[in-house]
Amino acid sequence: MATKKASAAETESKSSASRSTSEPVATKKPAAKPAERVTAVEMGARQREISVSEFFTKNRHLLGFDNPRKALLTCVKEAVDNALDACEEAGILPDVTVRLEVVSNGQPVAASQANRFRVTVTDNGPGIVRQQIPRIFAKLLYGSKFHRLRMSRGQQGIGISAAGMYGQLTTGKPVKIISRIGPKAAAHFFEVQIDTKKNEPLVHENKQIDWEQPRGTQVALEVEGKYQKGRASVDEWLEQTSIANPHVKLIYHTPEGETKEYARTYHELPPQPREIKPHPYGIEFGMLLKMLQDTKSHTVAGFLESDFCRVSTQIAEEICKAAKVSPEAKPRELKGPMAETLYKTLQETKLMAPPTNCISPIGEKAILSGLYKQIKGEFYTAVSRPPAVYRGNPFIIEAGLAYGNRPQDQNKPQQPTMPKAEGEGEEEDSELARVIRYANRVPLLYQQSACSTFKAVLSTTWKNYGLSQSRGALPGGPMVIFVHMASVWVPFTSESKEAIADYDEIQKEITLALRECGRRLGLFVRRRERAASEFRRRNIFELYIEEVVEACNRLKGGKLPKEKLKAQLQKIASTRTGGQKTDQALGKTGAGPEGLPHSIIVTAEGIEGETALATQIEADQATAVTTAEPHLQEEKQANVASASKRKVATPSLLEQSSRKVKTTPGGKSSKLTKTTVLRKPK
Amino acid sequence: MTTTKTKKPTVVEKKLISLADIVIQAAERSKDPTLQIPIRALSNVAFNEKKGLIEMGSKKQERSFFNVGMAKRFMQTVLVADALSELQRADLTTSLREIYYRTKHTIKDSHENTFDAQDESDPVIEDLEVSLAALREELHVSAENRGSIVGPVIFGDDGDRVDCSKLGKGGYSVPSIVEPEYLEIRRCTADFVLLVEKGTQWNRLSEDKFWRRYNCILLTGNGQPPRGVRRLACRLHEEHRLPVYVLVDNDPWGYYIYSVVKQGSINLAFESERMAIPKAKFVGLSSADPENYELPRNVGIKLNDKDIARAKELLNYQWFKKPTWQAEIKRMLASGLKYELDALANKDFQFLTKKYLPKKLQERDWLD
Ligand SMILES: Nc1ncnc2c1ncn2[C@@H]1O[C@H](COP(=O)(O)OP(=O)(O)O)[C@@H](O)[C@H]1O
Ligand SMILES: [Mg+2]
Repeated sequence: MATKKASAAETESKSSASRSTSEPVATKKPAAKPAERVTAVEMGARQREISVSEFFTKNRHLLGFDNPRKALLTCVKEAVDNALDACEEAGILPDVTVRLEVVSNGQPVAASQANRFRVTVTDNGPGIVRQQIPRIFAKLLYGSKFHRLRMSRGQQGIGISAAGMYGQLTTGKPVKIISRIGPKAAAHFFEVQIDTKKNEPLVHENKQIDWEQPRGTQVALEVEGKYQKGRASVDEWLEQTSIANPHVKLIYHTPEGETKEYARTYHELPPQPREIKPHPYGIEFGMLLKMLQDTKSHTVAGFLESDFCRVSTQIAEEICKAAKVSPEAKPRELKGPMAETLYKTLQETKLMAPPTNCISPIGEKAILSGLYKQIKGEFYTAVSRPPAVYRGNPFIIEAGLAYGNRPQDQNKPQQPTMPKAEGEGEEEDSELARVIRYANRVPLLYQQSACSTFKAVLSTTWKNYGLSQSRGALPGGPMVIFVHMASVWVPFTSESKEAIADYDEIQKEITLALRECGRRLGLFVRRRERAASEFRRRNIFELYIEEVVEACNRLKGGKLPKEKLKAQLQKIASTRTGGQKTDQALGKTGAGPEGLPHSIIVTAEGIEGETALATQIEADQATAVTTAEPHLQEEKQANVASASKRKVATPSLLEQSSRKVKTTPGGKSSKLTKTTVLRKPK
Repeated sequence: MTTTKTKKPTVVEKKLISLADIVIQAAERSKDPTLQIPIRALSNVAFNEKKGLIEMGSKKQERSFFNVGMAKRFMQTVLVADALSELQRADLTTSLREIYYRTKHTIKDSHENTFDAQDESDPVIEDLEVSLAALREELHVSAENRGSIVGPVIFGDDGDRVDCSKLGKGGYSVPSIVEPEYLEIRRCTADFVLLVEKGTQWNRLSEDKFWRRYNCILLTGNGQPPRGVRRLACRLHEEHRLPVYVLVDNDPWGYYIYSVVKQGSINLAFESERMAIPKAKFVGLSSADPENYELPRNVGIKLNDKDIARAKELLNYQWFKKPTWQAEIKRMLASGLKYELDALANKDFQFLTKKYLPKKLQERDWLD
């Protein structure tokens, strides 16, 4: 079911993409005029600067605005990506609030029916200096991230201004910005639009205002959109964002009036990724030409040495020699075949791989904490691969798994205890694993089947790890597979940045990470099975111990210290049935799961594994609720008939309480696919 | 647990309590509580040729609690021991079946019963008999009465005088426990004991007053004779020097019944000393009888596979190694037929009483 929806979303995006590209071509005029030569003069009359609005309209599918639903998501995404990038770069643990509101002209409209929304994203980041604000939000291709090679979410400086442009084109409304760079500075309010002819900002409003936040930025866009939950929705994207970014505190006010809180469960910022110069293997010929033009160096040798990484003075000279280019030649004068030879030589020269410390992976602990927080399961594991390089670009692959149903969902007998006859029970087991994909911590929701990560999941033999898998399909079972690629340059299959392109090096790394996760899962599954059989044995003994003790007591005239004998026999039973190991695999001791690094096992009795981590998560959530408590109190006191529904999106908190109290308020069985459980405050 | 007077525990009770001590001491030392139970199987019996008895060997099996295959048996053994010690304290005698009911219950927090059928508790009692070297009557457990006696013998049973020559054709029902404390042989004027396998043939002999004509005691155990019948025959043999003749069907099971009376059983080899009658004689039916008494072939029954296999087993038992017995069994196998005692009626309803037995006894035509 999961995959069907995803592919539906893909075809949707594809068809709309093809629509928008085919429209301009649909010219049915030539019938009137027979084939006619156009003169240079006539052509020259038609040649002019393409306006940004035209560019945007033609390319909106490339930028993620192909349909109203996706456009709404893209607006949220661009704003949140920027907020997170800015906070992390400034070394601030991000607090981000996303508010979606229905904009109606008079009549109240249900969120699902509305076609106009206000998107407001607020962060506690460094803020933006006043002079830059208009250009950042109202000039396409203006940003701080394009001219450097550094891992970040945004890349082209096209994101937020494109969203603003989209809003402007669909609603005519300007982008509203509040930004403040510190408690001592003033907060500035701006309303800006793009002059679509000149690609220059038009400032409608610019004033100092009072703002309750000491620092940060708020962006508000009014856009045409469609709000629909489910696959590839804003809700899903935010939820997945919180899984891969457990260091972020995210509050989401849905257009339906709910508030979902994704607590911060990991209290360290990801290490700052370092900026690196491009590696010769990672550039294309066009790029080399541009670099030759832009360089500050006066000689080719100097250019090679200073504008690339891993090129020393000596190697630069060797390259020049091999390319038959004078080391003293001026870079700007290197053109045509000469430049081409230089490019080829660069690719053929043996060079050290680029430094890899420029990449900041999420890290195993953080992935675990994200998965544990957001997905209900019994077993979690995470793997960060060592850095690798594709085409001169360093990258790191990370993978994770959340597997199984939480113990309280296991009322039905556990998976395949009974051997199945041919064709039996296939319907019930048809639940397939779900893949969640990330590039530089940003969830990828579209184009799943084109994505290298997805292909690697399919080509992994999950049967080896005790899961079912039909040929060429996802493995079966209640499982979420997490794959993340972190790189200074993530190779997407298209401009819309929805799927990671296939490179052998990338595939290999993803496969290795998945295999390690699978191996641990297999270990967990097998150990659990073994422990269960030992446990059945122990149960037999424990069943009879009572009888034997009572009989002995009667034989001894009722004068036996019964409890002592019982305890002694139970201890023997335990040691004879795998003892500690069984307890451990069944999750009865607090100790970590042996041989399962970076894993969490959840059982009816509690958590084991990265327990400190998991309990910290739960403690955090507990405090999250206590902070929410005053609101609830107020509501009660005010005796408001709860017009504002407040829901707390902390599923594992809910589980935790239901684990203890055994009642799940409101929420019935919660499967992996439904990762958030909402809780009403009454 | 009715009377908990501070009575001194009996020897048997002490033995039963020792089971609890095994558990307690093992638990104290973190060891698996284990009972040593003599093996009651062919592998642990030996034929004592001198005494003419099957004797139990010294092989023992371990019954451990912490062994999935034995845990339940172990628990059952302790439960039965508890019930038996209760009998000791209350000084009651009860039946195997009552022991079954007394110890049967559903285990707490489960759907499992301690015992599901009596055939689970009976062997546990036998296990305890052998392990504790206590006789069943010492354990105060009796089997159902299964067996009848008629003839010139007078018993004292709970103070009642039972004259078995005055009980009509039904006779006296042989109790399960016939030890002197329970059953006294006051007077016996018979010349021999005839132990008949089948109740039907015993009825015929009783109805025909065969015992009166030949001054004998007629005994039956309705099939494999229970311990009461065997023990009573043994007492009459030992205390009153009566020869014992055994009359069974001509099939492997008949042979084996005879051998049990004579040498003891494999299962209860520990009781042989008290029960076996090494001098007992096999009067019939012999595989030679059909020819000697001109029984037509058509009253025979074809030996089935089980019969043949059992017969071959018998051939290998040490106590059937005598040439006469080997010949007897082989003759049956060669004929491929077995004969029931009832088949003698083919000749005449009273053929057994009027012709067959008189001739046999007169000609001393029996096997030893
Ligand atoms: N919330 C924010 N806080 C601070 N700086 C921001 C914020 N949003 C955008 N910026 C700055 O504006 C630039 C342009 O953003 P954008 O148009 O999304 O392009 P990109 O993210 O690809 O660089 C960013 O590079 C960043 O320097
Ligand atoms: Mg951006």
